[in-house]
Amino acid sequence: MKKTKILIASAILGIATFVAIAADHIDAPAVTGTTSDITDYYAFRGENTNNIAFVANVQGLLSPGDTGSASFDENVMIEINISTNNDLQEELVIQAIPRDGKMYFFGPVVATSTGLSSTITSNAITQGSVDITPYGQSAIIENNNGIRMFAGPRDDPFYFDFTQYNEIIAGNAGSFNDPGNDTFAGTNVMSVVIEVPKSLIGGSGSINTWVETKRRQ
Amino acid sequence: MKFNNIKLFAIAILASMTAFTCNNDDDNNDGFDGPDFSGTYVTQDQMARPAINTVFVNDGMKDQFNTTVPANQGATFQPLFEDKLLALNPGYTTNALGFDAATFTGALATDVLTVSLDGETTFANADLSTVLTGRTLMDDVIDIELTLIFGGPMGTDNPGLTSDGVDSNDKAFLSSFPYLASPF
Repeated sequence: MKKTKILIASAILGIATFVAIAADHIDAPAVTGTTSDITDYYAFRGENTNNIAFVANVQGLLSPGDTGSASFDENVMIEINISTNNDLQEELVIQAIPRDGKMYFFGPVVATSTGLSSTITSNAITQGSVDITPYGQSAIIENNNGIRMFAGPRDDPFYFDFTQYNEIIAGNAGSFNDPGNDTFAGTNVMSVVIEVPKSLIGGSGSINTWVETKRRQ
Repeated sequence: MKFNNIKLFAIAILASMTAFTCNNDDDNNDGFDGPDFSGTYVTQDQMARPAINTVFVNDGMKDQFNTTVPANQGATFQPLFEDKLLALNPGYTTNALGFDAATFTGALATDVLTVSLDGETTFANADLSTVLTGRTLMDDVIDIELTLIFGGPMGTDNPGLTSDGVDSNDKAFLSSFPYLASPF
């Protein structure tokens, strides 16, 4: 009994540190609530299984009322990093940056530099742009040489019972509910989706990938 | 004298006009016929796998984690992640992947998402026979992570803490690009 209690107590204590929660929503003080706050990152095989789709979401927890006025920041570049040789350094990048209602995409292209500081490879042979879909309108998609592009508000695809977490942390509950309630239901994010042929990112085997938001200095 | 001043002034104006023009005519000379995206861009946020910074990085180091390149994350953060894991679950021995604390946190501390170009892409399938080959919109990443943290070697320990009871998104995803559901 006592051991169980201690275990539960420490588990609850542990979960308390889980509280600033979400996938990466509001994860750190320097970015919380800013236009560069990444909420989630996904990479998966596309409907066309020769492709990989990358999804980078920013600016989470947008209420429907706030979504129409939300916009991508023209000083924030979203950089998808791809390591094709398992060395944890990006050999390739896909850079996305908005300007005047369009999202511009550069790459996949060989990274001109690695690490925390980048310039935009605006001379990349592989590039394109798509009109940013306004709130309330059908998704605007561009298809350019087998690369598909989208940018605009979307339903936050992340799901999690954050409220019950808080109840557990507050000592009002000892476990989750089944079923639980999705705290992120009804909220939106600003989403960038790009789907590229696998042949442009190494072809076979596996890649390691991560996403950054980088602000113009 | 006066005339020379005027001449100098004219030259100065001409020079500044030229400079002005140079900054505004998309003269990147790089073949890109679009807006000027010159400048240096520096990392503010970074992520790969879901919830890693949120769960495993202590307050005070979260910004540092976001601005440490993946190649350097393991050395700095693996020991801290191991401490955190054992604080989260003092009874941790191994998890359903058979990883002891050092191995598990070693894998987590280098925050990159591995994506297969050959087969299924999933954060983990139901029986954990395929793990970390990507992340789909449908993957229940929170349950997977809770199970690996709290579920013990069989994934069956602490059953009230290994699933949040939310098994899918509130809106159906699309089978076609852009896959995410329209906003509310």
